[in-house]
Order: sequence, then C-alpha cells, then structure tokens
Amino acid sequence: MSVKQITAFLENKAGRLLEVTEILSQNQVDLRAINIAETADYGLLRIIAKDSDKAEKVLKDAGVICTATPVIAVAVSDRPGGLNGMLKILAKENIDVNYMYSIFGHIGGLAYMILQVSDTENAKKVLIENGIGIAGAGDLGIN
Amino acid sequence: MEKYYQKDMECASREEMVALQNKRLVEQVKHVWENVPYYRKKMEEKGVTPEDIKGIEDLHKLPFLTKDDLREAYPYGLLAKPLEECVRIQSTSGTTGKRVVAFYTQHDVDLWEECCARAIVAAGGTKEDVCQVAYGYGLFTGGPGLNGGSHKVGCLTLPMSSGNTDRQLQFMTDLGATILCCTPSYAEYLAESIHERGLRDKIKLKAGIFGAEAWSEEMRRDIENQLGIKAYDIYGLTETSGPGVSFECSEQTGMHINEDHFIAEIIDPDTLKVLPEGSQGELVFTSITKEAFPLLRYRTKDITVLSREKCSCGRTLVKMHKPMGRSDDMLIVKGVNVFPSQIEAVLLENGYPANYQIIVDRVNHSDTIEVLVEMTPEIFSDSLGKITEMEKNLVAALKAMLGIYAKVRLVDPKSIARSEGKAVRVIDKRKI
Repeated sequence: MSVKQITAFLENKAGRLLEVTEILSQNQVDLRAINIAETADYGLLRIIAKDSDKAEKVLKDAGVICTATPVIAVAVSDRPGGLNGMLKILAKENIDVNYMYSIFGHIGGLAYMILQVSDTENAKKVLIENGIGIAGAGDLGIN
Repeated sequence: MEKYYQKDMECASREEMVALQNKRLVEQVKHVWENVPYYRKKMEEKGVTPEDIKGIEDLHKLPFLTKDDLREAYPYGLLAKPLEECVRIQSTSGTTGKRVVAFYTQHDVDLWEECCARAIVAAGGTKEDVCQVAYGYGLFTGGPGLNGGSHKVGCLTLPMSSGNTDRQLQFMTDLGATILCCTPSYAEYLAESIHERGLRDKIKLKAGIFGAEAWSEEMRRDIENQLGIKAYDIYGLTETSGPGVSFECSEQTGMHINEDHFIAEIIDPDTLKVLPEGSQGELVFTSITKEAFPLLRYRTKDITVLSREKCSCGRTLVKMHKPMGRSDDMLIVKGVNVFPSQIEAVLLENGYPANYQIIVDRVNHSDTIEVLVEMTPEIFSDSLGKITEMEKNLVAALKAMLGIYAKVRLVDPKSIARSEGKAVRVIDKRKI
C-alpha cells in the first residue's frame, strides 16, 4: 500500500523547473501531487504521478537525475484537527515524519497527505489500527 | 620484458650521459650566442660568454628565459636558424596571454618524434599496435607529436584529432585501437561515453598515453578501471618541443626525462637558486639538441621534484614527479596556494565525478572559492539530509587538503562543459 514517488534533482537556476515540467507535459504525465524542498543551491522536486514509471523514465531519458522512493498516502478527515490527530498517532510510536505534503483536491471527503517516515511499515500499521485509512494506488487514481 | 626505443640513450650510464650533455651544452651555448642576439644580450648583461660554459656544472651561470621573453621576442627573436631551414611551427594555446610560436627544422621534428616514440614503446607499443591519437592536431603539439611518434614506432596511426566522440568510438571499435593518446579529461569523457553506450566489451585498448593537463593519481586509477587499460603520463611543453620531454614507464612512479635532449634543473622560484637533488621547486629546461628554437634555462613554472632512484624499468634517465601544477594553474586564494589537481584528488576520493569547475571570486575584499560538482545518480538520494551530509563531508575533506574553506555547489548533470581539448577547470573572476 505504498505509493511510488519520484524525486528529481534540480539545480537552482531560472527556468530549470520549467524545463522539467516541459518534459512531463510533452510526455502527457499527469501529476497528482508535487512538492519542492529547497536549499540555497538546489532543490528536490518530489512528484506523485498518475503513471510513476513513465514519469521516471521520461525524466531519466532527458538526463534529469531522479530516484524512486516508496511513500505512504494517508487519508485524513477533512476537518480541523484531522492532521493533528494523525500526527499524534505517529509521535506516540516515535515515528519521525521526514517530510509531508498534500495531494491535490479531495477524494471522497478526505484529504490525502503524502508522508515519508522513519518506519514506513510501523506507521502504516499504527495508522490503520487507529482507524486512519492508507490509500493504495487505486484510491488515488494512479497506476 | 621492458622494451626501449633507443636503449643506448634510455639506459646509458650516468657518466656517458653527463659526457654527452657536457658536449652538447657547450655546442648549444655557442650556437645560441652566435645566432640569437636576444639571448646573447642577456648573457652579456650577466657577463657570461660561451668560454665560461665548459659543461653542465657551469649551467647555473647562464641567464634564465621565461614565457615573457618568448612573448617579447615574438615571433622571430629567439630563432637560431635561417627560416629557410625551418619546416614547421607549433604554438601554445595562448590562454594566458599572447601566443608563443616555436620553430622546428626537420632534424628538430625527427628528434621530437623520437622522444614521443620512446613514450609509446615505454607504454608497451610496437608496430603491431593501433594507435588512436585523439589529441588536437594543428598548432597544439599533442596531435603532431604523438602522431609522429606513432609513425616512428610503426603503429597503425589513427589521426583522429580531438572531438567528434561518435567518430572516435566508431574507429576505436571498428579498427580495434589498442593505444589511446589524448588529454586525461578527454579520456575520462570517452570512458564515460563508452560506458553509456555499452561498448566496454567492444574495445581493445590496452594502454593510454595522457598528458597536457594536470591530473591526479585517483583520476588515473579511475580511467584505468573504466577502460581496462594501463594509463601512462607524458609531459612536455611547446617551448621545448612538445610532448615527450618526459614520459612514464611501467613503474608509473614519475616520468623519465629525455636527458640526451633536455637538461633539467630545479630552482627556488623566488631566489632563483638551483636546489639540491630531491628538492621540490620549479623545473627549468635547457634544450641541448634543438636547432631552430634552442631555449637555455627555460623556466617552465611547473613545480616538481627530480629523482635518480633506480627504476625497475631499467632506464637510467632522471625521473620527474607529476608536477604539482603549473604556476599558471596555481591559484592563490586567501594567500594559500591551491592547485586544481588537489581539488580533483579530493573529489575522486569521495566518489564524485572528475568533471568539476572551480570559481574564484572576491566578495567584500575577501577571496572566495567555490567548487562546482555535478550530481550523479550514485550520489543522489531522496533525503535532503543525506545529500547535505555528503556535501559537509566534502567541504571538510577539501578544507583538510587545502587549508581553507571552499564552498561546494552541486549542479545538474552535464551542466559543466565537457572538454574535447584542455578542460577549463578554473574561472577566476578576480581577473575579469
């Protein structure tokens, strides 16, 4: 029940992000979520695509350095405190959240968060035990 | 079994070599005195006449020549033969200023090519070999020198010149090149291309002769591993002939100087005093066989050490260590001497690619040095923490090597221009 995320290396210079989105656009890659972590010199572009394998291939073919990482997509009820409640469960288990970002739009009244955590298997287990849904590829309309 | 191209010279006893050098030096000083007014004037200013030079022990009495002299005397001021006896010129790249032009008689070309032939034979070359010369042809001495040497050895010579990597790889595979001659940075680039195209099983290379650039021991091992060859260093400068002034043997512990043609000295670049054997200092050459362009005590700006330790290859020619760098390449950053080769060594040791660029600048009256390194799939990770940790380690390793802080900047792959000739490793914005 993990989702494949593609992370690409982007040097900080004008137009570099555009070059990468051009590649994705020309190859009809449909994005479900996108996030950028930045440093002074470069950024890491993280994407969840409808077709991750294709996204990875077209980027690599274009000479973009990228890597695939399994992440979990957590269904959070879309109300105040929803996210907070979910994070409490992880904190209680001493699971670190390395980074987190959200998926575009709502699906069935739920907001989906992409999480990369210190212990993926344990995170999934405790979240499910606490009644929080983990989305599979099908739930998110990706393959 | 070690093979030699000219065993009597390469393995001569020290006494024989000194006797030959004495004789040739005396003749050469006379030749220069009679034919080069520019140098004669320098000698007169120093109060030296040819009679004062009886052998190599008197060499220190002669005035030095520097690149500035060559520029000042451009184009004919140091020519020692009538132009009708000259058959060739070669020239430096001119990257550090006005070009320098060197002249050759046919005899000069022949001797130069023999020096290159010694290098090829020392790298295991025979007439059975196919020698791919991917140094630039033209004014640059790399191509013509190794081309001539390859002919003398009797190799099938592929006069590729530099660049056009597709064609290089096609000939390398189709014609089964066994020896590759080019700059180390181009060798690295070719190795990368061979790897990318899955051609490793289709190449027959056994040796490479790489020079004209500073390169580290780590880069040598990297090229050797990638191409499955033994990589030999070669040294030379246009001013004295070109590649082949010195060359490496199978021991790979320094380059044998062709002492029957060039007398080497090591001097202190500040006091200009000759230093005792084994000291590190600036290399100075006196060419004792050149007819058209004979330079006496030419300061190379290269910092190195000479060694007369017995070599397992059997050659008795003195060995010079790979230069620490040319003082032209040497950067002074925050008062500290920095050679690009030191930075390269640190990068390779830490698993980074050898393709890098150094940017030196002055910000708020203080020097800054920045090393641009290309990101590779091997180094890359989804974790910002891991990448910054690696960067920190690299900065620490550079600090340990250089003694000063150098900023590291990770850049996109292939964003640093690949070199097909001499690599542009340093951008010094302080000069712009």
